[in-house]
Amino acid sequence: MGTAASAPTVGLDPVAMLDARSRWRSIETLLWLAALLPFWLAPTHLQLASQIAVTALFAVSLDLILGYAGIVSMGHAAFFGLGAYTAGILSVKIGWGEPISGLLVAGIVAGIGGYLSSLIVCRFRHLALIMITLGIGVMLHELANTSHGLTGGADGLQGIRTWKFLGVWSLDIYGYVAYSYALIVLFVVFLVARRIVQSPFGLALQGIRENALRMPAIGAPSQSHLRKIYTIAAAMAGIAGAVLAQTTETVSLEVLSFQRSADVLVMLILGGTGRLYGGIIGAIIYMLARDHLSGLNPQYWYFWIGLLLIGVVTLLPNGILGGLSKIRALGGMYNLRIGRLLRGAR
Amino acid sequence: MIPFLTVMFDGFAYGMLLFLLSVGLSVTLGMMNFVNLAHCSFAMIGAYVTITLTETLGVPFLATLPLAFLASAIVSVVLERALFQRFYRATDLDQCLLTIGIVFVSIAVVAYFYGTTLQSIKVPAYLQGSFNVGGVTMGVYRVFLIAIALFVAAALVICIEKTSFGARIRAAVDNQRMARGLGLDVDRIFALTFALGSGLAGLGGALAIQMVGLDNDFAFRYLIYVLIVVSVGGLGSIGGSFAAAVLLGISDVACKYYAPQFGAFLIYAVMVGILMWRPHGLFGRR
Repeated sequence: MGTAASAPTVGLDPVAMLDARSRWRSIETLLWLAALLPFWLAPTHLQLASQIAVTALFAVSLDLILGYAGIVSMGHAAFFGLGAYTAGILSVKIGWGEPISGLLVAGIVAGIGGYLSSLIVCRFRHLALIMITLGIGVMLHELANTSHGLTGGADGLQGIRTWKFLGVWSLDIYGYVAYSYALIVLFVVFLVARRIVQSPFGLALQGIRENALRMPAIGAPSQSHLRKIYTIAAAMAGIAGAVLAQTTETVSLEVLSFQRSADVLVMLILGGTGRLYGGIIGAIIYMLARDHLSGLNPQYWYFWIGLLLIGVVTLLPNGILGGLSKIRALGGMYNLRIGRLLRGAR
Repeated sequence: MIPFLTVMFDGFAYGMLLFLLSVGLSVTLGMMNFVNLAHCSFAMIGAYVTITLTETLGVPFLATLPLAFLASAIVSVVLERALFQRFYRATDLDQCLLTIGIVFVSIAVVAYFYGTTLQSIKVPAYLQGSFNVGGVTMGVYRVFLIAIALFVAAALVICIEKTSFGARIRAAVDNQRMARGLGLDVDRIFALTFALGSGLAGLGGALAIQMVGLDNDFAFRYLIYVLIVVSVGGLGSIGGSFAAAVLLGISDVACKYYAPQFGAFLIYAVMVGILMWRPHGLFGRR
């Protein structure tokens, strides 16, 4: 930095600012360590835990485009399904069941799908954007439904065989391997996502979200930024889908359904957008609640989720994490005021 | 092979149904930019009012139609005043989530009271059967539906083009801020328009039972069709909604008759294509 480094304050120096933003906080370490707890606390529910990890990954991928770039997508399941079907078809039709390479291929295929649709999607805003993402989603659903030969249509893709992980561990009935695999993939992809949003590129995306006109005016290539993040998010969603296909060894049409797109949106909103952990927290709460409530009566599950949505939008505009940080900020202000009072009293 | 003209007729009748279901959303979306995904829930209210009145209370079918309109209109305006009006300045996303939440709740509430089975209705004898005109088989009910929809369309156009209330609606759709500046009570106009649009959806829902059946998933299944009509037709345009509804109705029915292997794929492809070509719809002005 030379002589200029002698006096910079943290707030003004961009490198120091980016460093401060990306610092790994202790609560994050705690959260990831807590993700290991199900191995001991709920060894009979590891299948559910691995479903939660997959869903959390899917929600994180949506957060990249929705929370950071401000692209409202009603059809994100398209890429999840693309990844799931790629991994499944690779095993059923080609006979290649090696999980990690399958994961990569699924990510690449979904990424290509994401890039192609980003050429269309990123040009639109508002209702047209919602309708086009929705349209692409239902188009893929219909396509998978009608191409029986490749996807098995409404019967789903049967007969997927996942080979041993790293040639050592095969899937077990309790889900030890499934959950370990899903958790490792979630962690690795999360690290990548975290790196992306805390890079200057991630900042530029937030700039585009906040003011779509000003960013091009200061020289940021908005369109290509949006295409890039859309492609990355699609690839991550595809990886999530592939993990689901490989660990459950089936793929049904449901992976492409509008319901899945809507569900992941709900989770993300519930947890809070634009903070990565929001997607994870939302997925945990949503999936646990669904597991409990839909066991009672699946029809009425949507009553509660609908009520929850209305409640979150009216009362907690930034989700649970947004609400928590607001409470913390309020607490901070309160302390400040107390401090001032005390000082005034002195 | 089904005769071409019969397919056209059935498609047109289906299009008229879609028009009734969607025209209200088109106008309210154009006016307030409020993305109301719960529009079809209001249609569902109308449909279930008609089912309840005819099947359990024995009210004549025709007499239930105005009641279906009223019930949907009243429920919608209550929700609008209590909930929706706080979200006019919120982001698209918040509006979508709020209204999807209402859709979820409505589906579950209907499932609670009526179950999830497909409901059917017995329409009076004079609306059943079909007749043949020049080789085209026409269902009496479809002719009846088309007549109602055309009547509604004509009444709407006259109301919007000729009355002072219509002039206010047009002003509010064209430029909401200017309309406010000129002293129009846009909120009141909007509430009335909203009630009218939802009432029409309720009427459409009541008429839909005989043609497409009714279950608690109605609010979701037709939401996509209604959104297609609105976005392709262009916001705030009655003529646009009419044209888009006819186009969608005919192509959907034709697709099901002639190319069932494609399913609904073609419809969505056409929609995405039209939106790419004209993001504001065929008749949209903005």
